[in-house]
Amino acid sequence: MLVVLQFLVFLPLLGFFLSLLFSGQKERWISTVTFGALGLHLLLVIVFSGLWVATDAEVLDLKHIVFYKEDTIEIYLDFYFDHFTAVFSVLGAFITFLVAIFSSFYLHRDEGYKRFFNTLLLFYFGYNVVVFSGNFETLFIGWEFLGITSFLLIAFYRDRYLPVKNALKTISLYRVGDVCLILALWMSHHLWHENITFIKLNHVDLVVAHIQEHYYFVLFIILMLVIAAAIKSAQIPFSSWLPRAMEGPTTSSAVFYGSLSVHLGVFLLLRTYPYWETIGVAKLLIIAIGVITALIASSIANVQASVKTQIAYSSIAQIGIMFVEVAMGWHTLVLMHLVGNALLRTYQLLVSPSVLGYMIHDQFFNFQPKEKIAQTGFSLKWNSTIYMLSLKEWEMDRLFMLLLWRPVKWMGRKLNFVSSKWAIVILVIVYITGLVAFSFEEQIPQQLDEDIHLLFGFIGLILVLRSFVERDNAIRAWALIIFSQFFNVLSIALLNDKYEYQEILLYISGLLISAVIGLVCLFKLKAKERKIDLQSFYGNVYEYPILSFVFLMSCLGFVSLPFTPSFIGIDLMFSHIHKHEYLLIIFTALGFLLLEIAVLRIYARLFLGPHSKLYHPVAYRSS
Amino acid sequence: MENISSFDEMHLLHELKHYLPSQTPLKDFIHHNSLHAFQEMKFFDAIFKASTIFGYQATLPLQDFRSLYHIGRIDDDVLSRVIANRKGVEAIEAWKSNCLHKQYDEVNVPRIGLLRQEWKRKYKIDVDNSVQPLLFRILVGYLDQGIAHTSFPATGLGFLDSIRALEQNSFTSFFTSSRAKQLLQKSSITIAELLEIVVGNEAFYEQYIFDQQFSHRGWSGIVATVEDRPETLLSPKKISLHDVIVFELLLEIDRLDTVLGELWEPIAKDSILKPIDLFASIEEQEFHEILKIWQEAFEWSYYDEVLAGIQQLKMQNSTGSTTTPKPSFQALFCIDERECSLRRHIESTVPSCETFGTPGFFSVEFYFQAFGAKFYDKLCPAPVTPQYLIKEYDVTDARKHDLLYTSKTHQLATGFLSSLTFGFWAGFRLIQTIFKPKMSPAISNAFAHMNLQGKLTIENTSLEDKENGLQVGFTVDEMTSRVAALLNGIALTKQFAPIVYVVAHGSSSANNPHHGAHDCGACSGRPGSVNGRVFAAMANHPKVRLQLQALGIFIPESTQFVGALHDTAADEMEYYDVAILNDENRLLHIQNVTAFEHALDLNAKERSRRFASIDTKQDIKKIRKAIKDRSVSLFEPRPELGHGTNTLCVVGKRTLTKGLFLDRRAFLNSYDYETDPEGKFLTGIMRPLGPVCGGINLEYYFSRVDNQKLGAGTKLPHNVMGLIGVANSSDGDLRAGLPWQMIEVHDPLRLMIIVEHFPEIVLQVIKSDTSMYEWFINEWVHLVAIHPESGELFYFRKGNFVHYETLAKDIHFYKDVHTLLEGAKEMETNHIVHATQENLPVHLYD
Repeated sequence: MLVVLQFLVFLPLLGFFLSLLFSGQKERWISTVTFGALGLHLLLVIVFSGLWVATDAEVLDLKHIVFYKEDTIEIYLDFYFDHFTAVFSVLGAFITFLVAIFSSFYLHRDEGYKRFFNTLLLFYFGYNVVVFSGNFETLFIGWEFLGITSFLLIAFYRDRYLPVKNALKTISLYRVGDVCLILALWMSHHLWHENITFIKLNHVDLVVAHIQEHYYFVLFIILMLVIAAAIKSAQIPFSSWLPRAMEGPTTSSAVFYGSLSVHLGVFLLLRTYPYWETIGVAKLLIIAIGVITALIASSIANVQASVKTQIAYSSIAQIGIMFVEVAMGWHTLVLMHLVGNALLRTYQLLVSPSVLGYMIHDQFFNFQPKEKIAQTGFSLKWNSTIYMLSLKEWEMDRLFMLLLWRPVKWMGRKLNFVSSKWAIVILVIVYITGLVAFSFEEQIPQQLDEDIHLLFGFIGLILVLRSFVERDNAIRAWALIIFSQFFNVLSIALLNDKYEYQEILLYISGLLISAVIGLVCLFKLKAKERKIDLQSFYGNVYEYPILSFVFLMSCLGFVSLPFTPSFIGIDLMFSHIHKHEYLLIIFTALGFLLLEIAVLRIYARLFLGPHSKLYHPVAYRSS
Repeated sequence: MENISSFDEMHLLHELKHYLPSQTPLKDFIHHNSLHAFQEMKFFDAIFKASTIFGYQATLPLQDFRSLYHIGRIDDDVLSRVIANRKGVEAIEAWKSNCLHKQYDEVNVPRIGLLRQEWKRKYKIDVDNSVQPLLFRILVGYLDQGIAHTSFPATGLGFLDSIRALEQNSFTSFFTSSRAKQLLQKSSITIAELLEIVVGNEAFYEQYIFDQQFSHRGWSGIVATVEDRPETLLSPKKISLHDVIVFELLLEIDRLDTVLGELWEPIAKDSILKPIDLFASIEEQEFHEILKIWQEAFEWSYYDEVLAGIQQLKMQNSTGSTTTPKPSFQALFCIDERECSLRRHIESTVPSCETFGTPGFFSVEFYFQAFGAKFYDKLCPAPVTPQYLIKEYDVTDARKHDLLYTSKTHQLATGFLSSLTFGFWAGFRLIQTIFKPKMSPAISNAFAHMNLQGKLTIENTSLEDKENGLQVGFTVDEMTSRVAALLNGIALTKQFAPIVYVVAHGSSSANNPHHGAHDCGACSGRPGSVNGRVFAAMANHPKVRLQLQALGIFIPESTQFVGALHDTAADEMEYYDVAILNDENRLLHIQNVTAFEHALDLNAKERSRRFASIDTKQDIKKIRKAIKDRSVSLFEPRPELGHGTNTLCVVGKRTLTKGLFLDRRAFLNSYDYETDPEGKFLTGIMRPLGPVCGGINLEYYFSRVDNQKLGAGTKLPHNVMGLIGVANSSDGDLRAGLPWQMIEVHDPLRLMIIVEHFPEIVLQVIKSDTSMYEWFINEWVHLVAIHPESGELFYFRKGNFVHYETLAKDIHFYKDVHTLLEGAKEMETNHIVHATQENLPVHLYD
């Protein structure tokens, strides 16, 4: 039975590869492959879960492919099956299968028909990786797939401004979650001295002893996990992305944001429950998030006058309640609640266009003019305040603008000098010095060694930051990013004696291929368009769809799409930073956070959005 | 420099409203010319001017025209003739070569929006990005018709005053800086005052506001419409464009103050820019000439074939026998081009029947109050304001509800309970929706517009019987005049069959905010069932019949009228008040219903050829079932194709087109020149053709050529806003116009009206009314008069009828409609070059 697990995970991926084979006009083939893969998967998970329940329902754990192995480090896929997996996989299969059928009619003759089903299958694969994951590494791989496919589906209507803007916004926030997850992974690696599997977290004695030993470090891990879960489930204060993510076809909004994707935060909490169930602070934190979210999100849902936004916020509020339920240990209830909510919101989103006809009709017969309740004094003030705050979504958007993006942009702008010619010359010299230092590491005093690696990590971060605000030249932005990665790697190599050429090579090789392909794309584009800046969105995908695709692939390789060498490289890189290296981990994590955003920003600005050449119908910016 | 202001606020608001989209809330979808603001100009001048000002794409792109030429869809001879007409015979070669090969700069940077780009250049601030999402959210909250659980506080005061009140009574504010907050509370605040802060130079005021409001023309348009016609909202809202502009300017000031402090320089102070006169005339461009030639060549390639077909048919008919036996039954249909195929099929099923076309409100104009309804439905063309009310009573069926839609599911506690209960029910419904679609309360059902068993207050009992200023029911005199007008118009004044059906139409569709656009345009976007039934009752009224005799219309006692409704999406029919039929007619009716069922089968088959999900070759009953399922399928964005492909409007006897396959592209209005030698009835018939048929046609035209700016884009991501419209995302502008799924089959050709009468009479008729004449003289529709005696064709050009000689020689012919339909091409993609190949050429048939 154990062996079957891997088929359950990889079947959607197989479907994805098959679906790539057909041209966009072969709608029937594409949908047949999709139905085949999803239908078979649904059948398999139902049968599998049934058999599993019938045979004692014992937790399953399968150690799968080992990606990398060294004396202290082992990175491998691990699959796992328990009742949470069963519920999530059956729910996911059920909804995705039905919505895929729905979509095959709904998207008929849509320009992005093929893109939609490809992305849906890839998303579904990511979902299953998460749900079946047996350790944090595996979960992280799935998590990453969800992020990327979300970006692609939000920006599905790539010739308009708002989808692209909101896709970038969502992926930026997702990225914060990813970084939290990778930090949790990093810390837990150092605490356990291995890649802890979820099955081991079930050993109460082991976990309790472990927590006693490293209390504050464990708190850190849990905090990171909770933030990651809160972002994925759009909890306060991370809620405002969810309604804005509903830019794709209604069906994709229904699968992603109505049901499967948003409930994964709850899954993460359920999965790690044994780890934090004995820690009161953690429980309190989760309950607090849940309660605050339930109250605020439902106050926002109350004032929403657009259907999809209303559904988004009411779903968020329910998930808030689920956070509480998880923390209280009411896990049967939470599963019921979750399945019910997912089905209800999926259905409501799918039929959301009907609301106009239905409610107008209803009003036609039942209209009651709102009676004015004469309010005065405090209750009037209170109600008006709540109304206005809710209409403004409690300023969550502004909060992020002020706390997150404005400082980053401000810092980036202060760094303009970095791209000047002499600065580059100096950086190259510094880098060569670093390489030399690395080669003769044994001869350098320990203290100097540590200073240098910090400096390098810092430079790496500065370069990404600089790239993040670059507006005049896309090639420069890209080059800065490449450069920053070289500094990062060297920084960690310098620090860590065990970090060997082999590992650097692994990372660099993955990076380099993508970097070069990306560069070639940019030069090609420049040859055609002469000037490629990042001042606004240019929508070049209209004229260069293939170039755009290749560049996207190189971006994904660059930001370490799972299974690319650089992905493993990143994992290794993090594993090599010790747990007391606070500064370096901050630099690296921030750099990692900004890296993907900076790269996707280049892609989005150059290739997506309303086309800048007005010789054909181009959408309004506000549409 | 405080000179006497040249800025006139009233003038600006008036101009703005003129150019903003005038689409009403979606519940009342009324087709109209998307460029109505330019209608006093000639078509081509208007579209290129609109394009220069607002950046609309005005025709198909040049490359598409060239491709259409290469696949033969644009005829070479027609192209030559168009060039000869426009440029002279000697210029044909040169212009043709330009048309086909010359490179043109097709980039069109509009005049609108240039000024406000300065914000970004000057201060690196994206004003729209920070103002619009909040503004839209407040607007939709304010205008909301019932989605939000908590509605906007204090909407009774008017938009600006409501916001003032809200700001005063709250611990928080929509503003983040103090100046704008204070300015808001100044009750005497004017647009000019704010513009001085924002723009700083009077020469730019108008331009700035146009830029600003057209950056979200959807919202501004709905505000302007609701301001002028507040009755289009069920839950009334007091709003004005003035208030919205003031508020938007305040938000802009707030945004700039927040980022820059209060000391920023207005956008146009000491600007190096020159103010642009948005509406200044445009330069003539060779490129525009090329597009005009192509557009006309595209149009005439089709028209020519149609005209040749009509002529050939007329020739055939004139040689045949003219004796007509007494018809077995007669049926009146709406002129709607979707009914033209059903008429063809019923005629082929029962050759002895006779069909007529007339606008689907059947000359009876009234408001309708459904049983238990708190509001009225207007059931007549949009410009008409009825004085009558028809009420429904004695309805026993209870209205059904769907709990999955209740807003309770969105609240915290009830949402929790709903998840645990309805949630699983929703899962079950999901399966049912996909595998076994069926009618449900959430689907707009054409047959539910009026209850089959209910009764109507058709006859007025006393002139005192009034409600809200409307007379309940019609008096006998009023009935008679309406029945007479209709029968005279379509020339059905003798040879009445035992049963005359009055077939209205409506459309059922699921998950479709634009469902109103599929219903009857002559009934203000509602099903016409009540009209059909009311007309039948009037015509059956003994006193009316008596009065009609005096007017020369003798309807035998054995003749009975039966109202009916055809659902154009589901291809189903329902008949009203059949209980009144006498024994003989009841038997005939049963036979006729069978015939109609057969015709509906055929109609479903004909429609199925354009639906990729239905195999046209399969068993006809299966097709019929599939068509019906479509209309109740939530996953089907094309329940029907609406008015897609509409291009023709024929005013004349049925013999003019009976025998001609026009592929559901023609509005057919019955009319007999013989009964109307002076064109008295013709005036009444032709007056609405421009606004109704022309409006439909032009809305399809513009939504087709620029679906992004003048259409609503693909409907797949649409989000219903406040029950008044759709937007693409939570922060998006409202989308006016038609969605992509409705127009993808449409060839953007102007309407060709063909009238069977003497050209001089037609000329006299169209000149009798300036607003009607505008449609023709400005070339928004084409007009051809067909000489009733000689069969010669006359084309209306620059104020006169000129003789037209057709180019097309051989008209296709089919013997078996099944072969024709099954052999039709299906589009590969919805690009115009592929889409147009789905259209079948004109055919003759037996």
